[in-house]
Amino acid sequence: MARAVTPARKSINTAAAWTVALIIFFPILWTILTSFKPEPVAVASPPVFLNFDWSFENYETVIQQRGYGQFFWNSMVIAFGSTILGMIIAIPSAWAMAFVHGKRTKDLLMWMLSTKMMPAAGVLVPIYLIAVYFKILDTRFLLTIVLMLMNLPIIIWMLYTYFREIPVDILEAARMDGASLTNEILYVLTPMAVPGIASTLLLNVILAWNESFWTLNLTAFNAAPLTKFIAGFSSPQGLFYAKLSAASVMAFLPIMILGWFSQKQLVRGLTFGAVK
Amino acid sequence: MGRITLDKVSKSFGEVNVIPPLDLTIEDGEFVVFVGPSGCGKSTLLRLIAGLEDITSGQIRIDGNDATHMPPAKRGLAMVFQSYALYPHMSVKKNIAFPMKMAGVDPAEQERRIKSAAEALNLTAYLDRRPGQLSGGQRQRVAIGRAIVREPAAFLFDEPLSNLDAALRVGMRLEISELHNRLETTMIYVTHDQVEAMTMADKIVVLQAGVIEQVGSPMELYHKPRNAFVAGFIGSPKMNLIGGAEAAKHNAATIGVRPEHIAVSATEGTWKGTIGVSEHLGSDTFFHVHGTGLADAMTIRAGGEVDLHHGDTVFLTPDADKIHRFDKEGLRIE
Repeated sequence: MARAVTPARKSINTAAAWTVALIIFFPILWTILTSFKPEPVAVASPPVFLNFDWSFENYETVIQQRGYGQFFWNSMVIAFGSTILGMIIAIPSAWAMAFVHGKRTKDLLMWMLSTKMMPAAGVLVPIYLIAVYFKILDTRFLLTIVLMLMNLPIIIWMLYTYFREIPVDILEAARMDGASLTNEILYVLTPMAVPGIASTLLLNVILAWNESFWTLNLTAFNAAPLTKFIAGFSSPQGLFYAKLSAASVMAFLPIMILGWFSQKQLVRGLTFGAVK
Repeated sequence: MGRITLDKVSKSFGEVNVIPPLDLTIEDGEFVVFVGPSGCGKSTLLRLIAGLEDITSGQIRIDGNDATHMPPAKRGLAMVFQSYALYPHMSVKKNIAFPMKMAGVDPAEQERRIKSAAEALNLTAYLDRRPGQLSGGQRQRVAIGRAIVREPAAFLFDEPLSNLDAALRVGMRLEISELHNRLETTMIYVTHDQVEAMTMADKIVVLQAGVIEQVGSPMELYHKPRNAFVAGFIGSPKMNLIGGAEAAKHNAATIGVRPEHIAVSATEGTWKGTIGVSEHLGSDTFFHVHGTGLADAMTIRAGGEVDLHHGDTVFLTPDADKIHRFDKEGLRIE
C-alpha cells in the first residue's frame, strides 16, 4: 500500500528538495553569473546578482588570448583516449573475472579497488621521474596512460558488475555454436552489455575530463587540458574572477552537455541490476 | 554420425567427487535420456560431453575420435538449454544463423537452412522478431532451430521443457520425438521427469549421486528395475515398496508392487486398509490407502469408474506375478 501523503506535507517536502538542490547548484550558478560580469563587479561587496552589464567580453578574452581550442582538444584526447584504452583492457579482464572466476578473483578485485584508496601524491614523484626518464613529460600520451591506469580499477569493477548480470548460459550457447573467445566477447557479450558499457564509458570520460591532480602536475603547455586552463587564471598577477569563471564555464560546459544528453543512459547504467 | 563413448569419465569439483568413474556408450541415432533426481549429476554429465566442463579423468570419444580435450565448438554437438539461452539482441533469424556464421557457411546455404528450419518449426512468421517478443514455446523452437542448422553429430538437451507450462510441454515433447524420427540424429536428453524419459527415450540412463543405476529401454526399466531406487523412480505413480514381515514372506528384504498391479475390492483381498485421498480422473482413479501396516500409504491405480471414496475400508490384492523382490542391498532378486 502506498503511504498516505497529505498536501501540506507534500509542499514542505517539495520546498525542502528545491532548497537543497539550489544550495548544491548555487556555486555553478554563481560561476555562470560571474563569467558575464566585468572584472570589478565580480569582486564587488556586497555581491551583485543580476543587475550588471552583461557581456561576453570575458569569453572573448579567454578564447582569443589564452588559446582555449588547444586545451579543449587536449582534454578531448586525454579523456576519450584514456577511457577507450581502458575499455579495451577492461572488457576482457572483467569477462575473465565474471565468468571464469577462480579462488582469488575476489581478492584480486579488492586489491584493484584498494589501489584507488592510495593517495595519488604518494606515487607522483616516481611517475614524474619515469616520465622524465622516457622524455614523455607534458605529452598527451603520458596523460592518457596515467589517467587510464588511475581509472582502470573503476572501469573493471563497473563492467564486472554488469557482466555478472548476464546469464552464463548465453555465453555457453555461443561456445557451443562455435564462437571463439574473441567472437563470444565481440558478438554476444559486448552487445548485451551495451547499457553497462555505455554508462562506464560516460562516467570515465567525466572522471578523466575533471581529473586535475595528474593533469596539473604532469603538463606544462603542450598536453595541458582544460583543468590547467582554469588554473592558469589564478596566476601570480592576481585573480581574475570573471575570466576564471568564464574559463571554468567553458571547461565544464562540454561535459555537462554530454551528461545532460546521456543522463537517462547514465542512471540506467548506474542502477543496472539493482532491481531484477 | 554420432556415436559417443565415455570411458571411465569422472568429474570432481575441488574435493567433491560429483561423478565417480563411469562408462557409457551412446550409439549413433539413439535417443538417450539421462534421468535422476536433482543433484544426481545428469546435467554435469551432459556438460562434460558438451565440453562446457573439463573432465577430471577418463576419455570421451565422438565417432571414434578422442574429444576429451576438444573445445565445445570443435565437437560438432549442438545444445538446447533449459533457459533457451537465445541471444536477446539478435532477431530470430540472426539467432538461427549465428552458428553458421561462426562456421563460415556460405550465405546462400545459410538462407536455405534457415528457411527449412523455420518451416519445420513454424517460425517463418517470426524470423524478424527478437526473442523477447516470443512466447516460451516459440523461444524453445528457436533454440532447437539454432541447433538443427548446424547439422550436428548429436543434439544435447538440458531439461529443455522445464520452463514451459504443462500443456506446451506435452506438445514440445512430441515435436522433439518427431524431430528425432525425421533426422535420425543422436540425441541426449536430460530431465528429472520420468514421464519425459519413458515417452521419448530409446534408452534411459538412470543416475543417482553420479552413479549409473541402470541403463535400458523404458520397458526394461519398468519391468525389470535392477534395484529398489530404479523401481521407485521409474513409473508414475511410484511403485509401492514394502519391507518387514510381508517382504520376508517372499524371501526378500523389500518387495515392490506397482499401483497398477494391485486389485482393489470393498469385500475381500490380501491386505486391508482405509482410503485416505482418492483422486478420480475419469480415465483412472488413484487411491491412497492407509492403515495396511505395510507402508505409510499405498498407492493404487484403479479403473475410471470405481465407487470407493475417502474413509471406505478396502481390500488390496497384489498380482503375484508382478511383485518385484529386492535384497538387503536393494538389488533385484530374480
